[in-house]
Amino acid sequence: MWERVKTFASEFFVTGDPLIYGADVSIVITILGIVIGLTYFNKWGWLWREWLTTVDHKKIGIMYILAAFIMLFRGGVDALLMRAQLAAPEMNLLPPDHYNQIFTTHGVIMILFMAMPFMFGLFNVMVPLQIGARDVAYPFLNALSFWLFFSGAMLFNLSFVIGGSPDAGWLAYPPYSGIMHNPGVGQDFYIWGIQISGIGSLMTGINFIVTILKMRAPGMKLMKMPMFPWSVLSSCIAIIFSFPILTATLALLFLDRYAGAHFFTLDGGGNPMMYINLIWMWGHPEVYIIVLPAFGIFSEIVSTFAKKKLFGYKSMVYAMMIISILSFLVWAHHFFTMGSGADVNAFFALTTMLIAIPTGVKVFNWLFTMFRGKITFETPMLWTMGFIPCFIVGGLTGVLLSVAPADFQFHNSYFLVAHFHQVIIGGVVFGYFAGLYYWWPKLFGFKLNERIGKWAFWFWNIGFYLCFMPQYALGLMGMTRRVVTYGWDKGWWEMNLVSTIGAGLMGIAFLFQVWQIVYSVKHLRKDETGDPWNGRTLEWSIPSPAPVYNFATLPHVTSQDEWWEEKQRRLQGHPAPAPVKIEPIHMPKNSGIPIVMSMFWFFTGFGFIFDWLWLAIPGLVGVAACMLVHSFNYDTDYYIPVEEIKRTESAIRGVTS
Amino acid sequence: MQHDMSPSHADKNHGSLKSYTIGFVFSILLTIIPITVVMSGWLAGKASAIILMVTAVLQLVVQLIFFMHLREEKKPRYNLLTLILGLIILLVIVIGSMWIMMYNMVAL
Ligand code: HEM
Ligand SMILES: [Cu+2]
Repeated sequence: MWERVKTFASEFFVTGDPLIYGADVSIVITILGIVIGLTYFNKWGWLWREWLTTVDHKKIGIMYILAAFIMLFRGGVDALLMRAQLAAPEMNLLPPDHYNQIFTTHGVIMILFMAMPFMFGLFNVMVPLQIGARDVAYPFLNALSFWLFFSGAMLFNLSFVIGGSPDAGWLAYPPYSGIMHNPGVGQDFYIWGIQISGIGSLMTGINFIVTILKMRAPGMKLMKMPMFPWSVLSSCIAIIFSFPILTATLALLFLDRYAGAHFFTLDGGGNPMMYINLIWMWGHPEVYIIVLPAFGIFSEIVSTFAKKKLFGYKSMVYAMMIISILSFLVWAHHFFTMGSGADVNAFFALTTMLIAIPTGVKVFNWLFTMFRGKITFETPMLWTMGFIPCFIVGGLTGVLLSVAPADFQFHNSYFLVAHFHQVIIGGVVFGYFAGLYYWWPKLFGFKLNERIGKWAFWFWNIGFYLCFMPQYALGLMGMTRRVVTYGWDKGWWEMNLVSTIGAGLMGIAFLFQVWQIVYSVKHLRKDETGDPWNGRTLEWSIPSPAPVYNFATLPHVTSQDEWWEEKQRRLQGHPAPAPVKIEPIHMPKNSGIPIVMSMFWFFTGFGFIFDWLWLAIPGLVGVAACMLVHSFNYDTDYYIPVEEIKRTESAIRGVTS
Repeated sequence: MQHDMSPSHADKNHGSLKSYTIGFVFSILLTIIPITVVMSGWLAGKASAIILMVTAVLQLVVQLIFFMHLREEKKPRYNLLTLILGLIILLVIVIGSMWIMMYNMVAL
């Protein structure tokens, strides 16, 4: 009996690597610490009522962002390990199979479990406030989306201590990801982790489209909407059309692995190239899904800190909509070398180059907005200034890559690695940081420390250029992507060393950011105004942090930068609009179903990964039961009475009004 | 009551017993046809494939009209717009994949 337990455990848990044992210990200690802390301070009930069952978009947003930060840490450690291994020739820090696992988990985590939740977090915290709504269209679904993402992410991360990590790259190309070459459970963790969180992403896409189309404050025509909700709309359109492709493709891969199908195998009439074709139909829109909201954030920030109306509002809207549709027409540029012939390559090279046009339009719009503005350089604006040159270079190298014949040289070299890190770090990550710094005071009621923020900014930027500029050159010198090591004779080591140093600087930058948050909480200086940046859009018209119901009375919108115009009107001596009579506010009730249902999904996934039907089937039954229970639950909403609203308002607005 | 949280409460005219029954009968028929075609082996090869695809498309149409109430939508017709965009992207996927993969018959 004991022997059987031992053999099971040695296969079930990942063993033999001191790094992983260290991680095991730290995971156990962290979990114990959290459990003991919650019990000691008697906070379980609070956690359950205020956070785990919440349907409040602001709290869900904060949880998304927190999860994204934790994932940024995990993905960042992966990155630093890889850079350490490549710092000098013939290093032996990571064995090749471990290196494969690390670059795989790094990519998946950074895109799907860092960028996506960070983005959804920003959608959640700001879209309803900016369009003058009291919540998203489907608050219950919103909570479910979050918990599905969380289950998927946890399932994926578990692979690192249980069963073994996936190692077939962030897009898991067959045949290597097929059962024949990859019989372990790693690829199954990949499939189920992404599938479960993918359902959540799709639902968030639907939720925000409906929210933006149907829940704008009275008077806010689409063309009077702030730019961030526009970018969210364009990104969500791409989500609802591309995520089903991902789900279908991974389902086919799952059937290949689990049920012996032959969609992507080399035998039985399958074709692995088909997988590559399908996965990029999601993969390319995905990169635009994550970058479009960053464009929206920069637009808001540029106009706030230049104190000018955004230049070319309409062209910005059209540019974003065009990008979100055009992003479905370029996917083959990721496999020019597959050999689809000159016609195919020429067509997709052209469509790819076309995308650079609307992108360029946006850059000019930002520059013209700044032109003759009274610019101030607080941290959100600083990140925007860092973004513009970085993204221009990244976009230009993208155009180089889109020249199909030249891509035969660049493809899967470090040149490509440098390109996509430049657009993703310089565009997406900088954008989300800018958004977080910008909206932080609205979320928590105080600003983050500017001085430490500036250190973080410079470390990120200098680190970025040191890390990735040499990689362009290395790529041209022949260094291919995903190599585990290289020889002294190649002449690559100096630049690799520089690159590793740059990565280290970005690691330090991350620590600065953590310190910045801790420091700002300790030396908290409450922002009483609710409008610390002299903002232009509706979110700044309410107190920070916003009360549960956001707006005591719904604003009536007449112009594009409504709050700015309102402030101008008041400065010119027009009286503030007469207070509208407060009425009871209709709000959604908390629900425990989202988290419970996501737990059942987790068990289902885990059961399929290990082929334990005794776990997978009860998991699915649980999911169905949760749906049933929710469909018969009619007690889903309540009214906040007028008295309570008045009390809350006078408490937060204090003496000011 | 005017601050209704959920946007779906706005349009309440969701079909009648008659339209639901018609829809139900149609969708059952469109399920039975492909099943019998496959199980009984009346048709083989291309013919059965065509029947399967045609019934699938008709099924989609029935669902959209009788259960998703596509015709009853008020302006602006976001659902219709989304559906059209979805169909366009579907065509891009199918035609694009066929075009790209034509040169890639390595496994055959
Ligand atoms: C002007 C805009 C852009 C152009 C013309 C462009 C072009 C390209 C091309 C042709 C490739 C394939 C190269 C190869 O595999 O050899 C590529 C790869 C990539 N691009 Fe871009 N790109 C642009 C913007 C972006 C943006 C905004 C993002 C993300 C936010 C992005 C993320 C990526 C990623 C992740 C890959 C590589 C994925 C992989 O192979 O694993 N690109 N780009
Ligand atoms: Cu692409």
